[in-house]
Amino acid sequence: MLSEDTEQFREVVARFLADKSPTQAVRKCMASAEGYEPDVWRQLCGEVGLAGTHLPERFGGFGFGPVELGITCQEMGRSLYCGPFFSSSVMAAHAILNQASNEQKERLLPGIADGSVIATLVLDNVADADRLGRSLFSDGARLDGTANMVVDAHIAQGFVVIASEGDGLAAFWVDAMQSGIDVEPLEALDPTRKLSRVSLSSVEGERLGDGPVDVTRLWDQLCTALAHEMIGGAEALFDSTIAYLKMRVQFGRPIGSFQALKHRAADLLMELELARAVTHEAARVLASGEGDPWTPNMAKAMAGDAYFAIAKQAIQLRGGIGFTWEEDVHLWFKRAKASEVLLGTPGWHREKMMMRMTKNSGGVDV
Amino acid sequence: MSDESSSIETIRAEVSAWLDENWSPVRPLKEWRETLVEGGWAAPTWPRAYYGRGFNETQAAAVQQVFAEKGAVGVAQAGPGRLASHTILTHGTDAQKRRYLRPILTGEEAWCQLFSEPGSGSDLAGLTTKAEKVGDRWIINGQKVWNTSAHHADFGILLARTNWDVPKHQGISYFLIDMRQAGVEVRPLKQMNGHASFNEVFMSDAEVLAEDLLGAEGEGWSIAATTLSLERQAFGSDRSGGAAKDLEGPIYDEYRAELAIALEPYTWYPQRAGRADLLLKRAEGNGAISDPLVRQEIARALCLKKGADLAAAAAVAKRRSGKHRVIPEGSIGKLAASEIARQAAHAHTLISGADALLAGANSELDGIVAEVLLSVPAISIAGGTDEIQKNIISERVLGLPKEPRFDTGPFRDVPRNIKDA
Ligand SMILES: Cc1cc2nc3c(=O)[nH]c(=O)nc-3n(C[C@H](O)[C@H](O)[C@H](O)COP(=O)(O)OP(=O)(O)OC[C@H]3O[C@@H](n4cnc5c(N)ncnc54)[C@H](O)[C@@H]3O)c2cc1C
Repeated sequence: MLSEDTEQFREVVARFLADKSPTQAVRKCMASAEGYEPDVWRQLCGEVGLAGTHLPERFGGFGFGPVELGITCQEMGRSLYCGPFFSSSVMAAHAILNQASNEQKERLLPGIADGSVIATLVLDNVADADRLGRSLFSDGARLDGTANMVVDAHIAQGFVVIASEGDGLAAFWVDAMQSGIDVEPLEALDPTRKLSRVSLSSVEGERLGDGPVDVTRLWDQLCTALAHEMIGGAEALFDSTIAYLKMRVQFGRPIGSFQALKHRAADLLMELELARAVTHEAARVLASGEGDPWTPNMAKAMAGDAYFAIAKQAIQLRGGIGFTWEEDVHLWFKRAKASEVLLGTPGWHREKMMMRMTKNSGGVDV
Repeated sequence: MSDESSSIETIRAEVSAWLDENWSPVRPLKEWRETLVEGGWAAPTWPRAYYGRGFNETQAAAVQQVFAEKGAVGVAQAGPGRLASHTILTHGTDAQKRRYLRPILTGEEAWCQLFSEPGSGSDLAGLTTKAEKVGDRWIINGQKVWNTSAHHADFGILLARTNWDVPKHQGISYFLIDMRQAGVEVRPLKQMNGHASFNEVFMSDAEVLAEDLLGAEGEGWSIAATTLSLERQAFGSDRSGGAAKDLEGPIYDEYRAELAIALEPYTWYPQRAGRADLLLKRAEGNGAISDPLVRQEIARALCLKKGADLAAAAAVAKRRSGKHRVIPEGSIGKLAASEIARQAAHAHTLISGADALLAGANSELDGIVAEVLLSVPAISIAGGTDEIQKNIISERVLGLPKEPRFDTGPFRDVPRNIKDA
């Protein structure tokens, strides 16, 4: 159960997004090259302060933890908010929080927390945490290589690059404006989340901290946030689909009166409830350090399956209209399909979970 | 002259001789089609009185075979035209057949189908487009949707309600409507995969002449059954245009141009079926084949496909033998197609890994895989939803008791969408 305070926080976030990110706005962002509305982003960071939800107060954030970050993500997923929140506040900021020295955090995080700096995380594999560092390299002084898919790289001023260095992985802060960087926007299956290919050729990077990258921790944090976003999207689709079952009449009766469809709705609710419970638990585990450490893997797997199952049925249960461009369902369907793969498929996460349960170690290289 | 009892050999010889005399790849397409229709080889299964020879399917297949061997172009291909011509042939008056059939065969007049409505899809008989008789014509008001090629069409086969005081199936009439009139507006309908293969058609005080009512007033539903069964037969059929589309010569250029327009709406149809045929090659190409999880999912798709293909072949054989009235293997085909498509899309996702995030020119096979992912949801809706198909299987094939009905009274009293639910 969430406390009263966190419920209030959810309401604030939900109200802001319902107002600023209706589907007309999503469609506009989706069709634009930038993919977001800078004014809304500024309000979201300034008036509401969301960009720093989970960042410590001394670095300009709210000082909330994974639970509140989850709430923000869930509401953003519900409204399909288009903007650099996930890339900058979630992906890049977590990497900095985990890896950077205190001095670096003081320098880099406040800009991200107040939204004046958009950053993103440059990974050379966005689906398999065990295969990082195979096409991004550091020789100690310079960075080279390619990342095939980077979220929001086209609008980022700063990159956190994870590259291989010697036998391990290191994180670097890179000024995205310097020469030697090529950012090529790509056509994404889910046009509400923009992707680019990023190539680095002898680029200057500032090493974040001096330790190796804790990939497991980073992936747990990102997947927990993404799973919340997915649950929010699944909830939006589920609710609108149930409403449709009550409204649509064929054969002289609401289609929701057909038992086949009632049972399907009940099955989906069960899948959603279980995925939601595990997703919230993942945030609790991250916040408290107590519980099964592989809960984030379970959450991402279950949220992935539930979101896509609901997305498929949201179309199917609307019949033909569900397949049209004009109807909004496909916006969530595309997000569901892309999120199923981003940061690892449900199958990948189940495998990871089994490895952690049986050996309690972070996975083996294949 | 060959007839219904002719042997395949006789037919082959006769078609060959006729083609040798008349066919030439340098003839203009329209002129060639006129010859084809005059010669009676345009539609061999049709009766002699209307451009045909009264052949059975096997005899007609032999004719088509000789055409293919000689590279001869056949009649115009467009799907909706075929539905219209067969229905008119079955239910039309002599005057209607004389007026409409020939230009469909020659390709001079294109048709579209105006059945589905925003308010009535699964429950097609719940349609609310209204036709009122005023003097010597019918005045039509209402909206249709999912109309393939309506923007190219000269005519449409139209279902409209002519009587609101009888049960729904009895108040529908079947019309042949001129699409080139002020009261008909056609707007493209874009789908979630970015294509716009369909249209919405708005009719406001559109007119149909009394002589263009097909069959009797109120008989529309039973006539529509003819059209719909033809449509079901065509579901998932090959729309490649046959061998003649790859040959060289002026007539082939004309033919290709005609095909391009007729087939344009269907370019993504192979993708909506899931492209199980690409799975193995893709997985071997990018190494995903060594992942046991991926192998399982590909295998699952290929098993389903194999089963469906064999069951379909068995159904055809049983139907030919004529001994079976209800053939389960045939009814499950459409349902199986949906399952195969979904499973293939799932396997494609796993093969792609992170590449599944991309679309268009940036993605694999020039966007084919992304198009699969965004088109597969259509297959379990188009041509009757899976749920309706399951109702049909359980009630008609398995003989399970029917659902209670709430729409058997006068149509006027049948509930419609609940607005403020
Ligand atoms: C790609 C595509 C191509 C199409 N092409 C054509 C075309 O060429 N010509 C044409 O006329 N139409 C076409 N259609 C329309 C199609 O036939 C209808 O969309 C379909 O029959 C469903 O009707 P509907 O959209 O009104 O959905 P609805 O009938 O409103 O159905 C909504 C949901 O309720 C379910 N449902 C309805 N009744 C029952 C029941 N009794 N029991 C259980 N569940 C039920 C449905 O299965 C569906 O899941 C096309 C549609 C698509 C998506």
